[in-house]
Amino acid sequence: MERRVNYENDLNLMATELRLGLPGCDDDEPQRKTNPSIRNNKRTAPEISEVSSSESSSSITMSGSDDQDSPPPAKEQVVGWPPIRSYRKNCLQSSKRNEVEGMGMYVKVSVDGAPYLRKIDLKVYRSYPQLLKALENMFKLTIGAYSKREGYNGSDYAPTYEDKDGDWMLVGDVPWEMFISSCKRLRIMKGSEARGLGCV
Amino acid sequence: MSEDDERQQSPPSDLEFVSNKARNCNATGSGSGHPEFQSTYPDQVLENVLENVLHFLTSRRDRNAASLVCKSWYRVEALTRSELFIGNCYAVSPGRATARFTRVKALHLKGKPRFADFNLMPPDWGAHFNPWALAMAKAYPWLEKVHLKRMSVTDDDLATLAELFLGFKELVLVCCDGFGTSGLAIFVSKCRQLKVLDLIESEVSDDETDWISCFPEGESNLESLIFDCVECHINFEALDRLVARSPSLKKLKLNRYVSIGQLYRLMVRAPQLTHLGTGSFSPSDIAGQGDQEPDYVAAFAACRSLVCLSGFREIIPDYLPAIYPVCANLTSLNFSYANITAEQLKPIISKCHKLQTFWVLDSICDEGLQAVAATCKDLRELRVFPVDPREDNDGPVSEVGLQAISEGCRKLQSILYFCQRMTNAAVIAMSKNCPDLVVFRLCIMGRHRPDPVTGEPMDDGFGAIVMNCKKLTRLAVSGLLTDKAFDYIGQHGKLVRTLSVAFAGDSDMALKYVLEGCPQLQKLEIRDSPFGDAALRSGLHHYYNMRFLWMSSCRLTRHGCQEIARAMPRLVVEVIRSADEEEMDDVVGTLYMYRSLEGPRTDAPKFVTIL
Repeated sequence: MERRVNYENDLNLMATELRLGLPGCDDDEPQRKTNPSIRNNKRTAPEISEVSSSESSSSITMSGSDDQDSPPPAKEQVVGWPPIRSYRKNCLQSSKRNEVEGMGMYVKVSVDGAPYLRKIDLKVYRSYPQLLKALENMFKLTIGAYSKREGYNGSDYAPTYEDKDGDWMLVGDVPWEMFISSCKRLRIMKGSEARGLGCV
Repeated sequence: MSEDDERQQSPPSDLEFVSNKARNCNATGSGSGHPEFQSTYPDQVLENVLENVLHFLTSRRDRNAASLVCKSWYRVEALTRSELFIGNCYAVSPGRATARFTRVKALHLKGKPRFADFNLMPPDWGAHFNPWALAMAKAYPWLEKVHLKRMSVTDDDLATLAELFLGFKELVLVCCDGFGTSGLAIFVSKCRQLKVLDLIESEVSDDETDWISCFPEGESNLESLIFDCVECHINFEALDRLVARSPSLKKLKLNRYVSIGQLYRLMVRAPQLTHLGTGSFSPSDIAGQGDQEPDYVAAFAACRSLVCLSGFREIIPDYLPAIYPVCANLTSLNFSYANITAEQLKPIISKCHKLQTFWVLDSICDEGLQAVAATCKDLRELRVFPVDPREDNDGPVSEVGLQAISEGCRKLQSILYFCQRMTNAAVIAMSKNCPDLVVFRLCIMGRHRPDPVTGEPMDDGFGAIVMNCKKLTRLAVSGLLTDKAFDYIGQHGKLVRTLSVAFAGDSDMALKYVLEGCPQLQKLEIRDSPFGDAALRSGLHHYYNMRFLWMSSCRLTRHGCQEIARAMPRLVVEVIRSADEEEMDDVVGTLYMYRSLEGPRTDAPKFVTIL
């Protein structure tokens, strides 16, 4: 029985691997029509990783010791397998992301004149406007608009942050992603004191 | 089907077609039954007596049996049935159902087959609630309760329920879709007597409508509000006020957009809760309630009636100790969205002596399961879900966990266990240690995976389950399985009603064993197994006794299925194509067939061919 293998994608382990494949299991287009058992190839979920696509999902690897000695070639994900509802899958994926990236990115926020600090999770925000709005809500103050030339001139308050190098910067100067990765703490200064920072 | 024609097959109440024996027992007229009762007793009195007696019959199986005794009993049973259960919405038309049962107060309908949950069926296949809603509106304006599973429900349908049924009290939607928050808004605003609104694992589209605010003002009759599956922000202040004016509220399950701080406020409002879904169980991003964390422990301690706890959708484990006060009373705990470790689980589970139902993620590992086994001696139902649902060599739970559970939790009745590896020995141990098992669902995620210790197929393990667990009615198999496993099932699984098979078996014999050996089989779902037309033929004697048969990616051909369709006129044989399949392919991608009194349905989409 001839098995055509997609040589571009895999290490050609197929050629030397012992397997009990169902007759005609192959992902050749013309042969698919006569072999219903390998229809899975067409319905592969789009989110699968880029693994060898030549392996039919209905083939059986020789059992026993092979499994322990060397991991079988990564199998492609099959639609609806394992049987977990997509709602659950999505929920777990997002919680895993949280795990990987760390449970939130909490930084201290101080406001000049306020007796105690707060903490916020920077991960929650996607942009400066969102962050500034949240700060305004939290502390019941107005921060106003940012401009590249003048910073927050004219506002009652100006948000600043301490970066990785220990320097105090004006919030908004660098791209959001860079800010997120370098911000260690936030300080909302009174407008009058912040004037010096605005001029670059 | 004519109700006057006695020679015809008895109308199935629950669409459970009777065996030949029962059919022949049908008596003839209403007054001719009992020789002792002479015509001094008018038939009407007899019927009245019967009516009063049958009112007490609640089990639908008992009712189905009663309806077969004679025409009189059939008629009276139909008058006294107040809860109508239809296991397949296409098995009977709304018109036929409402014609027979005229005094229904509660409707329970099921639509799509279970495999639709796993994307094995294209969307828009059917199971529309709409025709039922309209029929009910005409026939049962006094309808109080609707329970739907895997049906397509539209916003209009929700409006219909709220507007046309004045005393409507209870809506439960499980695994449904097709509606959104705007439908919910209309529903809750118009349904003034609402006691129960349970949205469970349903897909609700976010129409950005603030439906929580739409509950009418004034004291509410709400007893249960479950919306943990609703993936949209809700108006918390409105929810707070709603809970405050719902003194009868016992069940509240929040979605993940409710923070732990908000949860606290609700718990303080409703310490009488018995069932609580905690929402995210983490602080909101914008803390703004005050400088101190609320006393979560006290809030839980105040809920003295709490027996069922779930949620924990975005859990921060630091907050887990807050639930300590309720652990001792918990009978049900659902951690299946909480990615916690064994160490984080242990202090909790060690207090849960009364636990009967436990859902959890495999992140707790075998060690966590051992802790469960050590404490939860009363455990009846266990579900272990995978954090990482992919096929792999290693997984956090294995035969070790299963063995531990079998040794510690002897009263186990139902188990769903996802793992990467499993041994026959552990499964056999469970079959012996847990004789009360009614549901055994083992999902070895690696397809065709044998016993890693012996290299053998998993036949003996599942064989032991059907042999030793004499009460078993539901079975799901996995791993490397030969025809032998199915031989065991056919020989010993005499009570099995639901069987799920995937990537298993060697030949047609496997399916034959099951179809010929399992007289109680109702629901059979098979995917990716080498069963062909010959196997399908072997079930001809049984298909009218089943609710449905699903076979996808097997070896069926169109002409094989056609044969079945021709041989069995009361069977609807649907061939479902996936997007790229040709209509005239002889090969069948998916076969879904079910008994029906109505013949081919008229709402079938283009990708469904009814043979």
